[in-house]
Amino acid sequence: MAGAHADISKHKRAYYAVFAALAVLTVVTVAVAQFHFSDVGNVAVALAIAAFKASLVAAIFMHLKWEKAPSIWWALAICGIFFIALLALPVLTNSDNPPQVQHTMWDVRAGAAPAAHTSH
Amino acid sequence: MSVAVLPHTVKPHPITGVYSGKLGIWLFLASEVMLFGALFSSYVLLRVGAPAEGPAAWPSHADTHLSWKIGGINTLVLIISSVTMVMAWAELKMNNFTKGRWYLAATLALALTFIVVKLAFEYIPKFQHGLLPSTNNFFALYFTMTGLHGLHVLGGVIVIAWFLLPGSGLWHKDPEYFTNRIECTGLYWHFVDLVWIFLFPVMYLL
Repeated sequence: MAGAHADISKHKRAYYAVFAALAVLTVVTVAVAQFHFSDVGNVAVALAIAAFKASLVAAIFMHLKWEKAPSIWWALAICGIFFIALLALPVLTNSDNPPQVQHTMWDVRAGAAPAAHTSH
Repeated sequence: MSVAVLPHTVKPHPITGVYSGKLGIWLFLASEVMLFGALFSSYVLLRVGAPAEGPAAWPSHADTHLSWKIGGINTLVLIISSVTMVMAWAELKMNNFTKGRWYLAATLALALTFIVVKLAFEYIPKFQHGLLPSTNNFFALYFTMTGLHGLHVLGGVIVIAWFLLPGSGLWHKDPEYFTNRIECTGLYWHFVDLVWIFLFPVMYLL
């Protein structure tokens, strides 16, 4: 039991460290959003920071760093595969469109030339 | 009187390797990933499919009137509540019931703060200004996604309040079982925080 107490004390230091990291990264997320890199660039930076924050929460707060049970890892692995399939659906719905329509659909926010062609 | 006893609430199940509540909550969270994932997928599809100009164009930040300051404050509120939640579990694990309970109370207060901020400074003023789910695709997604997330926060409030008051008697009967239930509550609560970590930049910053 004394060993368990020592482990929890170590955990507590990790919890505070993760809290500090999450707070700083929240400020960073807001700060970088004030700059405009490119449409894709801003999305990539914001989601990369969010993904890193989420992995800190999952690893430390949700104890996955110390989780050894295969049953939980299996559930997460299958969940991950289906999640990727789910996010791929918008791409798949667009993939059988003619190339210029695909182009219009994905580049329309950047004001790409083909959008002007199709609208006139 | 015989009382039905749930098996494997404390000791790991021989096949799964964890106490059953833990596997249960993880399976539930996997289904939650699918639920929120479908909505994020809808967001991507509707946003990239929006025309560049005209009434159906994706609204700019000036048009959405969403304040990153309010969103940022609520982000910090949820992050702090995740820390207090995991500290509640850590204190219970070290046999400090009183301290654990205080951390649980702090988590409850922060969860309620999140809901009050969301309603008083965001939802209600938006409705008053006529910005509704029917306004455009952005607001349809905003209210659906933050609304579903808000319901999850409310669900957390109910569960935490239960373990804080009527449910806390379990500690005196079976402290390990109680601590495990708090761990499961925490797993759920951290997931709610995790969803918000993605919702904040997607709704307020991008």
